[in-house]
Amino acid sequence: MDEVILSVKNLVKRFDDNTILNGISFDVRRGEVIVVLGPSGCGKSTLLRCLNALEPIQGGEIFLNGQAVDSAAKDLTGLRQQIGMVFQSYELFPHMSVLNNILIAPVQVQKRQREEVRAEALQLLERVGLREKQNSFPRELSGGQKQRVAIVRALCMHPEVLLLDEITAALDPEMVREVLDVVLNLAREGKTMLIVTHELSFARAIADRVLFIDGGKIVEQGKPADFFDHPQTERAKQFLRTFEYESVK
Amino acid sequence: MPDLGLEVLFKGKNLARLLGGLWTALRISLLSVAISLPLGVLLGVLMTRNNRFVKALLQFYLNFIRIMPQMVLLFIVYFGSTRAFGWDISGEAASVIVFTLWGTAEMSDLVRGALISIPRHQYESAEALGMSKSQTSLYIIIPQAVRRLIPLSINLVTRMIKTTSLILMIGVVEVLKVSQQIIEANRMSSPNAAFGVYLSVFLLYFFACWPISLLAGRLEKKWS
Repeated sequence: MDEVILSVKNLVKRFDDNTILNGISFDVRRGEVIVVLGPSGCGKSTLLRCLNALEPIQGGEIFLNGQAVDSAAKDLTGLRQQIGMVFQSYELFPHMSVLNNILIAPVQVQKRQREEVRAEALQLLERVGLREKQNSFPRELSGGQKQRVAIVRALCMHPEVLLLDEITAALDPEMVREVLDVVLNLAREGKTMLIVTHELSFARAIADRVLFIDGGKIVEQGKPADFFDHPQTERAKQFLRTFEYESVK
Repeated sequence: MPDLGLEVLFKGKNLARLLGGLWTALRISLLSVAISLPLGVLLGVLMTRNNRFVKALLQFYLNFIRIMPQMVLLFIVYFGSTRAFGWDISGEAASVIVFTLWGTAEMSDLVRGALISIPRHQYESAEALGMSKSQTSLYIIIPQAVRRLIPLSINLVTRMIKTTSLILMIGVVEVLKVSQQIIEANRMSSPNAAFGVYLSVFLLYFFACWPISLLAGRLEKKWS
């Protein structure tokens, strides 16, 4: 677990005069699971969006396997195939069946054999418990089912890194579990992932490393046990306190 | 049983004449639709581009056509422009010009609406899968836009067919004009012809537009 596959150096992201990310640097090693935490509006999601060039960056560099990632990159579509992304709002394609949602990019973008991808897609659907939904349309699925399909869709591209952007934030509480279980399994298999989440106990269970971002900078980072039990900075302590409730009885 | 004046339909070639009038109306509207649809798609796509000059120009065109009553447009083209510019166009040609101007404007607005109604995230999710801009359009955006567009544009077709009833004002002998002629000609022998003839006009329009509306409704349901 020492080969660096994603490297972020001094990343700066601005919207007009508003600086969202101000000098973020970190490396992601193969097989590592990094959870990005921080108060809302701190730029966590923007960070993920920069990593596959959905947002142009104003400073710094991002390298994936040594190749520069930015919105002007020559082989941008090639780079994006190596970075899977799952969105908060699923973003399945509503006019396609579950299976076609999964097949469209491997077949049309990667030019792989439809039958081969289909077999893989069905296997993955089986693993997330949705094989029988292969011919359903997204509108017929629950939020948790949609999100599991979205994860399978990203996996079928065989990405080097998977970016998960608050993937349970739009789900009813009882559906959060079924989605996070899928992600936990991916972590066990050694998938490299960068996860933005508000599920702290999940973060603690899955992370190899926690990045705590506030005010556009990495304020603190470390192993989850250290971060959650012994936060070093006042801002991290304050952030963790917002998740605790004191009894009023 | 009151005299509904239906017998006049079966005198001479009256029924055939009515059908001929309907065909004139349909011919004009279908020809206008055939020209409007591709032009409207083109203008609609242009409206979603970020060129402010083009946008302002198209916006002006759309609003101008919408504000102007179609009858006034017909009069301007048929009576006004022929006089002012000295060209000679038939009433039918003038009708096709006006209906094409109108249909193109309405269609462009429908296309623009269908395109901007597709959430930005759909583009992003396609791009995140490594799709190029043209693949994103081809596989993700256009199929969704077309599904939204088809029921709306079919409704536009029925609106155009109905509105052709105005062109009798510039002397085109369409179904309503034929009716008036039949009623006039039979004023003495069948004084109640107005009811029977206009009833059949109603039915003719109904059976021309109803299947089209039905189709629109069915497609809407299928793709919703």
